[in-house]
Amino acid sequence: MEFQSCVNIKKEWDIVGARQLGRDIARKIGFGTVDQARIATAISELARNIYLYAGTGKVCFEALEEIDRKGIAIIAMDDGPGIKEIGQVMEDGFSTSGGLGAGLPGVKRLMDEFDIHSEEGKGTEIRVVKWLR
Amino acid sequence: MSTLKLDLENYKELLQEYIRSKDEQALYQAEQFSKQSMQQKISPDEIINIHIQSLQEIYPEMPEYIQSSLNFLLETMISYGLAYQEHQSLREKQLELKSEISVAANMQKTLLSTVKPEIEEVEVGALSVPAKQMNGDYHHFVYDEKGTLGIAVADVIGKGVPAALCMSMIKYSMDSFPEMRMDPSVILGSLNRVVERNVDSSMFITMFYGLYDSRDHTFTYSSAGHEPGFYYHKDQGEFEEIDVPGLVLGVSAETTYTQYVKEVEKGDMIVLLTDGVTECRQGERFIEQEEVLDVIKSYADLPAQEIVDQVYKHFERLQGFQLRDDFTLIILRRNV
Repeated sequence: MEFQSCVNIKKEWDIVGARQLGRDIARKIGFGTVDQARIATAISELARNIYLYAGTGKVCFEALEEIDRKGIAIIAMDDGPGIKEIGQVMEDGFSTSGGLGAGLPGVKRLMDEFDIHSEEGKGTEIRVVKWLR
Repeated sequence: MSTLKLDLENYKELLQEYIRSKDEQALYQAEQFSKQSMQQKISPDEIINIHIQSLQEIYPEMPEYIQSSLNFLLETMISYGLAYQEHQSLREKQLELKSEISVAANMQKTLLSTVKPEIEEVEVGALSVPAKQMNGDYHHFVYDEKGTLGIAVADVIGKGVPAALCMSMIKYSMDSFPEMRMDPSVILGSLNRVVERNVDSSMFITMFYGLYDSRDHTFTYSSAGHEPGFYYHKDQGEFEEIDVPGLVLGVSAETTYTQYVKEVEKGDMIVLLTDGVTECRQGERFIEQEEVLDVIKSYADLPAQEIVDQVYKHFERLQGFQLRDDFTLIILRRNV
């Protein structure tokens, strides 16, 4: 774990800040244009979830460096209402039925690793990783 | 034409060829390329990415603003790519569901199967066709050695899987009745209690139960809110409605059913059906009851099973071979 930097999400505008920081970190790690765009989209999705459903929270980034690979981890944290039925929100077509946003299944597709912890009434933490190929 | 490889090199060549020649041939190959990409589930954003990289290699001096504009395009396509992948996975799921339902439909067929009795005195024609894969209609025959034939026709308000599940329950309740002859009013009364106890109150079942006694040719029947049947007088060539009061099954455990008796003359027919027959639609227009009866009458000289088959064919065609509702039609005719 190299370093961690975070962006607080309080207003919609903060989503842009999170995207910008995430993209900069991704670029420094060496991700190409498409992957940068994918990472930014995943960040948008995570940050927007916080903004819409939890009100406030933060999105943090870690540059990952292992012996044989490099990558980026994005951690989205909030103290919101939590997700009752995780299975349901991870189902295709559940949150995206209105055609808005990619939903959590989209985030999972954009990234290589996906992990979620959520407790009702306590909040949600989602950690996703993308490795540099 | 050699098979196209889906890679950057190939795309770059095709693009270069097109820019040079503005040739239809190259465009045709582009079409092939996109089809193959879809076969390999390549999403649109990846194609844009290949395009950008190809341009960079063909034109290393590409102006910065073009590069930026392409990156902008790529960004807008990411969500489309996701939607495309989601679409793919939903399509696979849909296929799975379809095959699961067809397995269930086959099971239902076995579960609800009934044997059409071959009796000298009464000729029976019966047909039940589901609108979708699962049938929400049900019909059942019980024949005993003493010469009585019990006929049940039921319809769940609703279609598809929930209706089919409901019907399986009805079938098992009926199986659990004692073998001996039971009056239609008693059968409907006990089914009513089963349905009232076990089925969600938003679901209703209508049922007609008739008992044909081949010794004295009487037809005893009761109805639980079911579509009226018809009695066909052969001599006059006229239909008489068999419409009797009775509350649909499952509304109240207290409901009782009255039973009626009709003497059946030689050559006369009893027509039992579900609303899938009487509520056939031609375009937006519901057909009139008379139309159904006219069609039955026009085939009245045929054997009972053929009448039923011909009537179905008639309305299937009328509805453009797409049934709106499950279709069940039963015809009994006194032969001797």
